[in-house]
Amino acid sequence: MTDTATTRHIPDRLNSRAARIFKSWEALLLAVAIAIFVVNSFASPYFLNAWNLSDATFNFTEKAMIAFAMALLIISGEIDLSVASIIALASTAMGLAMQHGAGTPELVMIGLTVGLLCGAFNGVFVTILGLPSIVVTIGTMSLFRGISYIILGDGSYSGYPSSFSWFGQGYIYWVFTVEMLLFVIIAAIYAVLLHKTNFGRVVYAIGNNPTGALFSGIRVQRVKFILFLLTGLMSGVAAVCLTSRLGSTRPSIATGMELEVVTMVVLGGVNILGGSGTIPGVVIAAFVMGLVTFGLGLLNVPGIVMSIFIGLLLIGVIALPRLWAMAATRRKA
Amino acid sequence: MMRFIPVREAILGSAILILLVLVASRFSGFVAPSNLANVFNDTAPLIILALGQMVVILTRCIDLSVAANLALTGMAAAMINVAMPGLPIPVIIAIAVLMGAFMGAINGVLVWKLSIPPIVVTLGTMTIFRGIIFLISDGKWVNSHEMSAAFTGFPRTVFLGLPVLSWIAIFTVIVFGIMMARTQFGRSIFAVGGNPHAAVYTGINVGKTQFWAFVVAGALAGLTGYLWVARYAVAYVDIAGGFELEVVAACVIGGISIAGGIGSVGGAVLGAIFLGVVKNALPVVNISPFWQLAISGSAILIAVAFNARSGRAKGRIILKSAEATQ
Repeated sequence: MTDTATTRHIPDRLNSRAARIFKSWEALLLAVAIAIFVVNSFASPYFLNAWNLSDATFNFTEKAMIAFAMALLIISGEIDLSVASIIALASTAMGLAMQHGAGTPELVMIGLTVGLLCGAFNGVFVTILGLPSIVVTIGTMSLFRGISYIILGDGSYSGYPSSFSWFGQGYIYWVFTVEMLLFVIIAAIYAVLLHKTNFGRVVYAIGNNPTGALFSGIRVQRVKFILFLLTGLMSGVAAVCLTSRLGSTRPSIATGMELEVVTMVVLGGVNILGGSGTIPGVVIAAFVMGLVTFGLGLLNVPGIVMSIFIGLLLIGVIALPRLWAMAATRRKA
Repeated sequence: MMRFIPVREAILGSAILILLVLVASRFSGFVAPSNLANVFNDTAPLIILALGQMVVILTRCIDLSVAANLALTGMAAAMINVAMPGLPIPVIIAIAVLMGAFMGAINGVLVWKLSIPPIVVTLGTMTIFRGIIFLISDGKWVNSHEMSAAFTGFPRTVFLGLPVLSWIAIFTVIVFGIMMARTQFGRSIFAVGGNPHAAVYTGINVGKTQFWAFVVAGALAGLTGYLWVARYAVAYVDIAGGFELEVVAACVIGGISIAGGIGSVGGAVLGAIFLGVVKNALPVVNISPFWQLAISGSAILIAVAFNARSGRAKGRIILKSAEATQ
């Protein structure tokens, strides 16, 4: 956890007690992940099986790819609620191209390009027109998925080329999937970007004090625009993986995924108001969410009931440290 | 600032009129009084919810759980009706309003006491409420033949030429018009959203006002929950799925600033009616209903861009809401 050390020099707006809790957040989360793992392996005999666990990673790899970019965006004080709709639009564009005879390389390029364009669209509204990202992305959330519905109606695309299925269904070695490899690479890239580069420092600076950052000579709007581009691009990557894995496109693809991505980021210890958070935290949060949904799935809990857990998790992880801090100050007084 | 609001409403009002004229040029029957009454009745739930959302947005919050709240109270009302067909409708309405208000209070407490950002709270409760519907109903539908005739008949009962559903919307608009303009609560909502710091110094409890805003929005969602289920005579897990976005869209189109403090009852109502007219006009002019999602998304973007241009005030602090709630 050497990465977290870099964040310690940054004064955030949290008071020292709460900050201390957040500093050990990754450690706490890791303990939770291990506990869930142990409980699951006792609760179901099917849990400790390499192939089952490998399948379980699909629960979080695609979401986590977006979550890394979203973490940077939230640290900088913005949010993107349109990511799931970007997936729908990118997937629809790929399906349309496939019908016109595009091969696998073209499909991937189209998916990524649509993701980038959608990110740029959000970025223009937020950084150039200066509108609040929450409303803009609520609007584009309807718009992007709406375009998918206009193109597809109640139909669907299927029959992607067999080489295209490699991204979502392929294996690198034994139980290790292509998506897992992508997950590890993307996590490493974002960890370096956020914790080891000048750009990462700038993201923290903007999240803590945008005005101060501006007066320090940081091009705040340009950095935010890049972050929207990155989030769009990652949604494009996720769209390629998800479309390849499902082998079909419907306009309702990935509905509600934005919620799970935001939950993952917040669960990873990223301050929803911006200014603090780490990539290792988000990685562990991805594992926690993957293990919880997989474990509940093995116990025959329906998906919609799992969403109750996700919702409780989202509110709980923010509420508990605050309750903790409140109780601590009360004891002090 | 107040000077601009009527202008904005006039623009929106004329946009609706132009839309009606365009549709009428293709199909004159659309503007017949009876059809317009139908369109209004169809838009009534959106108007009621938009008023609740308006109050929440004015206090610099947002409530994304209204549709899930509506669906949960609707399902509960339907199940109560199935279990106790003899229960009078006013009692069911009271239960629905109280249930909705309670769910709004959950949102409100989390925002007020724990100062969790409203977007996070309501994203969370949105999924939790939907999940609870599945738990209580076991994923089953409540169909019209299981509901009592009084239950489904109430919102459609025609009174003075309009269905009760429309009258409830009109009544809510009037109550909110008076509340926002004439009561202490209404004024403190504007104060909290306009400048939380100043509101604190004038003795207004910012968090508590936000709490009550959520309760009001929840109560209206509960009321709409019963009306929705009774009108469509069916209750299932996914009713009004994604409707929260339409409600926010109605507010944003109606000129309610997402940064809080700016907005009016008339704006919210016109925003809702605009979306209602678009929705009802699409099939008439032969456009696939699949266009609706994209149209409301574009309408949000255009409206928010337009409002930001006309409402850009000098030197207003929009960030740092965290300080005000302390």
